[in-house]
Amino acid sequence: MSESYRSMWESLGLDLAAHDALLEVLGKAYQDIYMAQEQRPEGMGYFDFVMSEVHGLRIKELLDEKAAGKKVVGSFCVFVPEEIVRAVDATLVGLCTGADFAVEEVEKLLPRNTCALIKSAFGFKAGKVCPYIESADMIVGENTCDGKKKSYEILDDLVPNLYVMDLPQTKSPEGRRLLAAEVDRFKTAMEDLSGVALDVERLKKGIEIVNNKRKAMHRLYDLRKHDPAPISGLDALLANQVFFYDDPLRFTESVHKICDELERRIEQGQGVFPKGAPRVLLSGCPMAVPNWKLPWIIESSGAVIVGEESCVGERGTRNLTGDSGDSVKGLMEAIVDRYVQIDCAIFTPNPERLDHVQEMARAYKADGVIHYGLQFCQPYITESMPVEKALEDADIPTLRIETDYSMEDVGQLKTRVEAFVEQLR
Amino acid sequence: MRCAGIDIGSRSIELVVVEAGRVLEKRQADSGFDPMAQARDLLDGLPYDRILATGYGRHLFELALEAPTVTEIKAYAVGAGLLFPKVRTLLDIGGQDSKAIALREDGRVKKFEMNDRCAAGTGKFLEIMAHSLGYALEAFGPAALQAEKEIQVSSMCTVFAESEVTSLLARGEDRKAIASGLHRSVVRRASGMLKRIEATDPILFAGGVALNPCMVRYLAEATGKEIVVPEQPQMTGALGAAIMAEEMHSKR
Repeated sequence: MSESYRSMWESLGLDLAAHDALLEVLGKAYQDIYMAQEQRPEGMGYFDFVMSEVHGLRIKELLDEKAAGKKVVGSFCVFVPEEIVRAVDATLVGLCTGADFAVEEVEKLLPRNTCALIKSAFGFKAGKVCPYIESADMIVGENTCDGKKKSYEILDDLVPNLYVMDLPQTKSPEGRRLLAAEVDRFKTAMEDLSGVALDVERLKKGIEIVNNKRKAMHRLYDLRKHDPAPISGLDALLANQVFFYDDPLRFTESVHKICDELERRIEQGQGVFPKGAPRVLLSGCPMAVPNWKLPWIIESSGAVIVGEESCVGERGTRNLTGDSGDSVKGLMEAIVDRYVQIDCAIFTPNPERLDHVQEMARAYKADGVIHYGLQFCQPYITESMPVEKALEDADIPTLRIETDYSMEDVGQLKTRVEAFVEQLR
Repeated sequence: MRCAGIDIGSRSIELVVVEAGRVLEKRQADSGFDPMAQARDLLDGLPYDRILATGYGRHLFELALEAPTVTEIKAYAVGAGLLFPKVRTLLDIGGQDSKAIALREDGRVKKFEMNDRCAAGTGKFLEIMAHSLGYALEAFGPAALQAEKEIQVSSMCTVFAESEVTSLLARGEDRKAIASGLHRSVVRRASGMLKRIEATDPILFAGGVALNPCMVRYLAEATGKEIVVPEQPQMTGALGAAIMAEEMHSKR
């Protein structure tokens, strides 16, 4: 990465030495895991570029936008309504949560048995290596699981601009009212932050931008239903991950370009894995960059991942937001209607998720499902039991994996995953 | 066509050579600190046409000798199927892993459970505990069976169990009774995995830990099921791999 970025990182207050070390590890992991894949679609070159510039050019773009008076909002969760952020001409970015960093510092702030995702968010902040969190004008936390909501109380002391959104725990009418009130409060917060007053036109524009991004992903998902799969699960996961970082218009266009290429591949019967390769659906916790461990183990064991039932995947992008309203109130209702459908495991009960996992397994012709639970993630690990039961009752083989971001269990995971793939053949 | 199966485990390496389904040769060695060198020694002077590797070190072997590999879960399933064709539940406790495997009617793997990354509930746990109590590994099970009373050992973690043993000894408890409690703790863990795969009767118990008579007795008590142990339980995986090498050949 070029020297000109160094002064930018320095101005953001990053720890340059630690940041260099992070980029080196990230670059190496990307080489070993991504560039080692065969038959990648050419369009993935775009994502390779985005990843190589994820702390460089993209940050420069954000800083340029800031210089032009626009705002940057950072988030950790798919419950933060991006439509509203876009509607005030601000940019929403996902914050870094996919790798262990500054673990000792973090364990001074959080209990050891906190999930790796939360610890990672703190590690990137405490280690001063995340240019996104340092660029953000506002950081939006959300009361999802207990781990997150309690840790935001601590994060509040580390950052000057934390905003916490409350979320319901049930999908009752009362729960929906709470969500509606919080979405409304968020709208006011965005208006105050940006100095822009929302109107119908702006909201419609915001909805359109975000829906288009989701529709591009839907098109990509649909193409993965083919056998042989035209794109690897690792590459599709990367698209799902970059969804949270990139400029939305450019992202949408790039995903469509890949889809055009994949359609040609499908016509020619070309795939990244041989026809008939075991097909796996991943289900469970989100995988943020650079958390590629389990997908890499699965795909280097001869199976292809055909879908992600995950926040960084279909849970995050499944539903579109209605755009037919002709008043701010109507459009805000549509936004609430959209977000209340997210089948996150923090909801009780959460039967929609059991249905979705099974529907996805069928739609993508998955031979089996691997449930990924992040160690200490109580909601998803507890829910993995009923998920496994529902799938096995439907004769869909299921493997439950509980792991974190460390590499120490790779050998055992490989044995489990390989045995599962043998079982599917 | 002589087909070999090699099971490179964390504690020991087993080698089986078969020809037309008949076992010609069985060998075993410690894995040591350089399992590939040990594997090469084991293969030295042994004629074979094909080889299939399994076990923890299978990928090392794959790289060194370009041999195909299979997981020990599948290899144990195939080996068990040959030894006891009617058994549908398999428990394999080896040096660092334990697995409960449910088989389909046709002998294929239906479901499996495996221990987490730590040594709890594995051969390594028993080995370390035997050492803390001053027993040779072979004497550990028989000693536990002579216990006159039972002491509950609650820690499953090897590190915590070791300090629990130390405090029990300091309290003046009989080491046989402690040994018995330690065996029960490994059995509790194994029977939990067996419950999750909905174990059927009988259960085939394989892997090196199946040589321990106390484990066999306690497992029968805990599960209420008949426990069948092959003559050389630690050879089951290598046998399965050899049979699979033969099947791979005949499919071509």
